[in-house]
Amino acid sequence: MAFVLSEDQQMLRDTAISFARDELPVSHLRGLRDSGANGVDQETRQKLAELGFFGVLVPEEYDGVAMGMVAMGQVMEAQGRTLAATPLLQTAVLGASLIDLGGSEALKANWLPKIASGEVTTALAVDEGTHHAPLNVATEAERNGQGYTLNGAKRFVPDGHHADVFIIAARTFGESGQTHGITLFLVPREADGMSVQELVTVDSHGAAHLTLDGVTVSEANVIGAVDAGWDVLEPALDRGRIALAAEMLGSAQAAFEMTLDYLQTRKQFGQLIGSYQSLQHRAAKMYTDLELVRSCVGAALSAVDEPRNDIADLASLAKAQASELVHLVSNETVQMHGGIGMTDEHDSGLYMKRARVQEALLGGASYHRDRYGVLNGF
Amino acid sequence: MAEQDDLTAFRTDVRDWLVENCPPSMRTPLKDDEIVWGGTTEKFKNPESKLWLERMGAKGWTSPEWPAEYGGGGLNKPQARVLQQELRRIKARPALFSFGLWMFGPALLEFGNEAQKKRYIPDILNGRTRWCQGYSEPGAGSDLAGLQTKCEDKGDHWLINGQKVWTSYADQADWIFCLVRTDTSVKHGGISFLVFDMRSEGVEARPIKLISGSSPFCETFFSDVKVPKDQLVGEKNAGWTIAKRLLQFERSSISAGGFGGTGGSGILSPQDYAKQHVGVDASGRIADGDLRARIADHMMYAKAFGLTVQRAGEEAKAGGEVGHTASIMKYVAAKMNQDRCELLVETLGTDGLGWEGEGMAPDAQKATRSWLRSKGNSIEGGTSEINLNVVAKRVLGLREHQ
Repeated sequence: MAFVLSEDQQMLRDTAISFARDELPVSHLRGLRDSGANGVDQETRQKLAELGFFGVLVPEEYDGVAMGMVAMGQVMEAQGRTLAATPLLQTAVLGASLIDLGGSEALKANWLPKIASGEVTTALAVDEGTHHAPLNVATEAERNGQGYTLNGAKRFVPDGHHADVFIIAARTFGESGQTHGITLFLVPREADGMSVQELVTVDSHGAAHLTLDGVTVSEANVIGAVDAGWDVLEPALDRGRIALAAEMLGSAQAAFEMTLDYLQTRKQFGQLIGSYQSLQHRAAKMYTDLELVRSCVGAALSAVDEPRNDIADLASLAKAQASELVHLVSNETVQMHGGIGMTDEHDSGLYMKRARVQEALLGGASYHRDRYGVLNGF
Repeated sequence: MAEQDDLTAFRTDVRDWLVENCPPSMRTPLKDDEIVWGGTTEKFKNPESKLWLERMGAKGWTSPEWPAEYGGGGLNKPQARVLQQELRRIKARPALFSFGLWMFGPALLEFGNEAQKKRYIPDILNGRTRWCQGYSEPGAGSDLAGLQTKCEDKGDHWLINGQKVWTSYADQADWIFCLVRTDTSVKHGGISFLVFDMRSEGVEARPIKLISGSSPFCETFFSDVKVPKDQLVGEKNAGWTIAKRLLQFERSSISAGGFGGTGGSGILSPQDYAKQHVGVDASGRIADGDLRARIADHMMYAKAFGLTVQRAGEEAKAGGEVGHTASIMKYVAAKMNQDRCELLVETLGTDGLGWEGEGMAPDAQKATRSWLRSKGNSIEGGTSEINLNVVAKRVLGLREHQ
């Protein structure tokens, strides 16, 4: 386990943090919301590409920089600090991982360089209900000559409203709830039968419901083995969870800093409110939780790079702990700011709204507590 | 590269030495009643533990990084890590539990004079002297600097009068490191740090019986105790700085061990007791979903704690030092151990509610006693509230009321 960053990782972290601070401050998200862009931002996508962020997990032979998950985590944490709406989680982490881990040589050669350059964005569509349940795949993929015909629906797909390519988990065998029988398909946005319902979401990042009505996919666009998509999907989901936990750590840290600053400037009864012990202790507890989550995220990121055999454990640990952290910190941020925290003008609310989306995506605390129990034999 | 070769050679030497010198029973899980605290009252229930202490003490490996000139191991950090790894590899028991090693020694090495280091450090390392900590008083708990134990300068000696409380194992200790008041006109600036023999005339230690039934702490009384002048550590009235530093060592030693947990005591984990007493459903999950979620939550918290200890260690290696993390970790360790103990009693059900005698499993009774003992975790060595104050003020920079 490596908790201390290498020189390259530290440089990337510094770059990502100053980029988020200077180019993607919270006011940028606010602007995207107020202009009705719904989190879609081609200009930022271009800048992220120029910085090489899309290629952090992409192997060098496919034009990436292959710096690994610890490096990716630094970028995610940085964007979390300012709540930036970027395609990095869906494209640079999930898309790149799925294609790299399970794609054929042809798929890799075709898509990974495009991901690394920012030319293409992807969106993984797994969940069909309102709660993360990646085994509950009912979308059907029926064998049809040289390919498959997909019918079904996916709910609340992040970046689904603007991604160029979807990666769809569908069932080629068995029943919803089973690991065997899930197959992953790469489907271009413009495929016949694919319809996208754009969603305006509470965090202003946007998302989409997808409907697949007789979408034809060729065999060449299957990622991983037929019926055994889970073998690729699960490790990719874990990378996504870990990267998202890193983003959440950044969000919690920034909201906490904002709150701490307020505690040190706001006066009531002639005293700084941060001099009251009831608030001091709550701040100290938040700080303690932040430190614990930083360790969980660091361990999980580095476990992928090593790689260790307890990645799933650490992914659930990191995502569960990060979920509880952003929940606590975002609520306390609003409460400790008092009335101003309830106003749209203040950033508190944006952190709280984004927190709930971060918690729900790829499984919340209760999902991962359950999984952690199963992984540990109880 | 040469450094790497040296380390490899060192590892080989350590391995060879351990093969020769670590007695077989010292490679088995430590039993509660075989813990060695050293000092003149030590009985060495297992004779091999005496041998093990003597051998480790002679190498200075009871504290591998202390300077060799005072009998320490004189190892550098990488070597000390290798030694740790090798001890862990053969599951060697710690040769010595000691407040001298964990608290007084590190402070003395920082603040003591040459003569004091030469006099006290060697006997800490080889376990010949058992130390106790004279800090809390009836009127000075969380407000430690409010201590009143009087220390008068009588020309050729100090004269001590007063009372300490919660002095761990004072009834079994040989010497005490003690905070005393040498100036009543100022609070923090009137405290001095003294050491003296517990067999001095006028010292009396009375054990206090706790809710767990055991008596690890004492009330300690000093009536006209004479202490030689050269047993003052640091300057007169400058003891508070030493006291605070020592508390950091104390908090980090408490948190590094996570209050020692319940390893080696025969007590199982909450999930094992839950499976036994509550049962599992068809999918192998603990049948009570609410209990199961709380156990998972606790396990995750404990894992996060362990990872944070590890991270703090790595960051320290990369250039930090023992400091504020200790306050955070003391708080977390207390919560973690208390949550665990509560879960043990809850998962044992009525088996966790026995006190003594027949009819209840021995491990269950131990768990019950651990649960009661754990309530002190958030009080001793600085209460959780004091630790949160420390974090708020020193780490977060929040200010006092004006």
